[in-house]
Amino acid sequence: MSFTVTTCPLVEARAPRADLYDFTVCCPEIARIATPGQFIMVRCGELTLRRPISICDAEGDLLRFVFEVRGAGTAWLAERKVGDILDILGPQGNGFTFDDTSQPAVFVGGGIGIFPLLHACKPFGTQATVLLGFRSADLVSMLEDFQAAGADVRLATDNGTAGHHGLVTDLLRARCDEGPVSAIFACGPKPMLRATAAIAEEWEIPCQLSLEQRMACGIGACLGCAQKIRHPDGTETYAHVCSDGPVFDARVVVW
Amino acid sequence: MVVPNLAVNIAGVTLANPVVTASGTFGFGREYGTLYSLAELGAIAVKGLTLKERPGNAPPRVAETPAGMLNSVGLQNPGVDAFIREELPWLKEQGAVVIANIAGSTIEDYCAMAECLSDTAVDMIELNISCPNVKEGGVAFGTSCDSVAAITAAVRGYCRKPLIVKLSPNVTDIAEIAVTAVDNGADALSLINTLLGMRVDIQTRRPILANNVGGLSGPAVRPIAVRMVWQVHQRVNVPIIGMGGVATWEDAVEMMLAGANAIAVGTALYLDPYAPLKIKQGVADYLDRSGMADVSELVGAVQVY
Repeated sequence: MSFTVTTCPLVEARAPRADLYDFTVCCPEIARIATPGQFIMVRCGELTLRRPISICDAEGDLLRFVFEVRGAGTAWLAERKVGDILDILGPQGNGFTFDDTSQPAVFVGGGIGIFPLLHACKPFGTQATVLLGFRSADLVSMLEDFQAAGADVRLATDNGTAGHHGLVTDLLRARCDEGPVSAIFACGPKPMLRATAAIAEEWEIPCQLSLEQRMACGIGACLGCAQKIRHPDGTETYAHVCSDGPVFDARVVVW
Repeated sequence: MVVPNLAVNIAGVTLANPVVTASGTFGFGREYGTLYSLAELGAIAVKGLTLKERPGNAPPRVAETPAGMLNSVGLQNPGVDAFIREELPWLKEQGAVVIANIAGSTIEDYCAMAECLSDTAVDMIELNISCPNVKEGGVAFGTSCDSVAAITAAVRGYCRKPLIVKLSPNVTDIAEIAVTAVDNGADALSLINTLLGMRVDIQTRRPILANNVGGLSGPAVRPIAVRMVWQVHQRVNVPIIGMGGVATWEDAVEMMLAGANAIAVGTALYLDPYAPLKIKQGVADYLDRSGMADVSELVGAVQVY
């Protein structure tokens, strides 16, 4: 566990679509040590709890995170301007672990769960297949970033307004049919993660899932963000998304 | 300029300063201990312990509220033996003054824990009869004078460490409860635990917490805590650790003026992990500016109308 609490300037702030914000801060303390799948806890004014936000990318001194306005905290954050100072705790959590980045891997993202997959898919370059699911075409974001990372990017929407008309997990099945997959990495809504885990099990492909839970301290002290997991001996206990996760092996997650 | 004395004496134990971390918010110190030395704190009240390991409640366990939060962690902990074996030696190595917070579903559980902890290096034992998040025991012991008398007297018989009784605010008259605890052997009191609260998601029409209800903490409860500390201070002659929404040095001074000998910081840690150290420094600077030589001069010094 190696995290810091630090202040850093917002150096780039974009709004790729309504209610979606793409922020980059200059934060060497966190950016230089962040690994794919880790997250940060961002202070939002005087609100009691920091907001956990996944790291979208880290390059040199720059740390990028993307968030959707969901409530008071993210609304406060959305109003920050370039030059403003943010108070961030991180990097936190256990991210994705990579066995062999020269082997083909599939990244499955749904909605605002797609963002941490950018940092994660980069080491795989053209060996990455990135499957992105959204409710509709107007919510699609970051396609170009994934393409620029070298990934084979495929799209699905619930209403068929962009890409495959259906679930992102349909694309996962199709990709598994096409050829070998050494690992699956996923982040998104729980039903999508659960379906991804089932497909991974069916195809016997190692699978890592990034989970979410309501969080308070973000560092493993308060035990707020519980997630039930199964141990090899069959017993079940509550692990914690902030300190044991957010990334878990799909086989241990109790749904 | 003379450096003001920050040390306080709680039931025979010297705290280097009056800033304690509140049980349940600080784990066993390992996480915050990566940011600063735990010896900087006056004391650490560790996560509530039970006789056997407890899995805790189903998630979601936390929810933000105006100027505060609800929690229903449900006393997830590895059990008192694992604490003694795996956490306590490390905590003492860090130079921390350790308050072992104990909870149970029967009086026998509390007595057994007090007895085994009395043979360890813990500095004090905090009797948690105010946890609102467990179905049996917990707050059930803390809401009537009869049950407070029974459990305090019983645990006193087994406890060879200074005994703190942690009081629930979910009562009609906290001062009566406080007097009862002291009459039955409490060496010190800590108050307040969380206030029982609830939030409902209006989209799903379900409670946000899987436990339906949870304990409210944070600045929202501070005026209640200050009032209760003040009421209790007038009725007892034992030290009080005041807590409930303390987030800044100003809050700490206010709590001490109301009658607290020391204060505990909890929920404020989540916004600023360094809050306890900032409060300690802020109190020292306030004493200095006020020409006060000793932090104890603040205790109960409120001049009421």
